[in-house]
Formats: sequence, C-alpha cells, structure tokens
Amino acid sequence: MSEEIKNFLYLNRRAPYGTIYAWESLEVVLIGAAFDQKVSLAFVDDGVFQIVKGQKTEQIGMKNFSPTYSALGDYDVNQLYVERESLEERGLTVDDLMHLTWEDEDEDWAEKDSIRVVSRAEMAEIITQQDVVFSF
Amino acid sequence: MAIEVDGKVLETDEEGYLVNLKDWVPAVADEMAKEDDLVLTEEHWEIINFLREYYDEYQIAPAVRVLTKAVGKRMGKEKGNSKYLYSLFPYGPGKQACRFAGLPKPTGCI
Repeated sequence: MSEEIKNFLYLNRRAPYGTIYAWESLEVVLIGAAFDQKVSLAFVDDGVFQIVKGQKTEQIGMKNFSPTYSALGDYDVNQLYVERESLEERGLTVDDLMHLTWEDEDEDWAEKDSIRVVSRAEMAEIITQQDVVFSF
Repeated sequence: MAIEVDGKVLETDEEGYLVNLKDWVPAVADEMAKEDDLVLTEEHWEIINFLREYYDEYQIAPAVRVLTKAVGKRMGKEKGNSKYLYSLFPYGPGKQACRFAGLPKPTGCI
C-alpha cells in the first residue's frame, strides 16, 4: 500500500436494520481505520437512523450494534457528517442522535463532539473533496 | 474444536475462540492459558477484565492499537505500550487476550 494518506468517506444511506449494509459499513470502517488513512463518515437519507439514540432491537431478533458507534473515537474516526435535510425530512433533530465524541490525547483527553450537522450543499462539497468514497 | 472447563465441553472455532460468548467463566481463561503454557497473574486479569468491560460497552473487541491506547489512559503509560502487553500475551494482546476473555477476534486486527 502506498505511503500517501488519502481521504476516505463512508457514505451511509440506509436504515440500520433490515439489510446488512449499516453493520458492514461500520465493520469496514473499523478494519480500515488500522491503515492510517483520513477517515470520515457521512449519514444521509435513512442512514441518519443508524445513529439515532435509544435503539432497541429485541423485537426484531437482531443485535443492537449502535453502541459500537461510540467506539469510533477510539479508532481515531472523529468526523461524522450528518445531513440536516435528511434529519428534517424524518422529523429528527441532532438531539435525537447519540452523543458521539472522541478524546483528544494531545489536550489531556478533552472530550470533543464527533458529529457535525451540515447542509445538503455542504455535504455535496465534502463528497467532492474525497479521494475515495464508499457508498453503503 | 472444543475446550473442556470444569467438566463442561465448550465449543470453539477453528482459531480457538469461544463460539458462544455466554459460555465464558473465568476458568475458561485459565484453561486456555494453560494450553498456551501461560499462568495468569493479576496483571493478565487486569487486561482480560478490561477487554470484557470494553465489549460490554461497545459490542466489539478493540483492535490492539485501540486497546493499547485505552490501557494507557486507564492504567498509565507504563502499561499502555505494546512491550508490556506483549510480555503478558506473547501471541498478541489483541488476539490472545480476547480469546482468553471469551470475546470474538478483535475488529480491526489483520
């Protein structure tokens, strides 16, 4: 693999359960985070439901993997972009999302927010700035 | 594959990890350690218990890099380094310690 650091964006568009896409994306992110690339995640369309807080999956017989998003900070993945319009279209606000943070080792483990709500236009701009985009 | 602990036969996968996480009891770690020619000390248990807490909270076994950083934060720099962790778990603090802890193979270990 080349030494050059690239910008990777994982674009999440689908609801967390019902298909395997959301969990697969999260696993690939965690595995890929070992490779010293600059990794960010984007949540658009039904993908915003992946990071909604208070998920309960007992009734559908699937593992609730939402706690794993809180581990992203440990993996140095701390740029999570959420599209404002996608939230609004689903009657959600940032307060409905999990409080995902990372700790800055260089500032005595100061806790910082990972989630950034951006407009559709800003999201388009973020996507164009990437070297690699994985769409799930 | 399987491992016998306290007279019970527990199913393991081809790499020796427990198939059913709920099968785990502390004696599983002791038995697996014995097979690897290790005797578990308080220092080993500190890491094994930490891994189990991490899994409880995040539903994944941390990659070794993440484990090292987290141990450093929790227990100090003299323990949060790979030399110390490899001295406890010579087959790799991620893989071996997670196996002893009854967890799946770490996510992000290649």
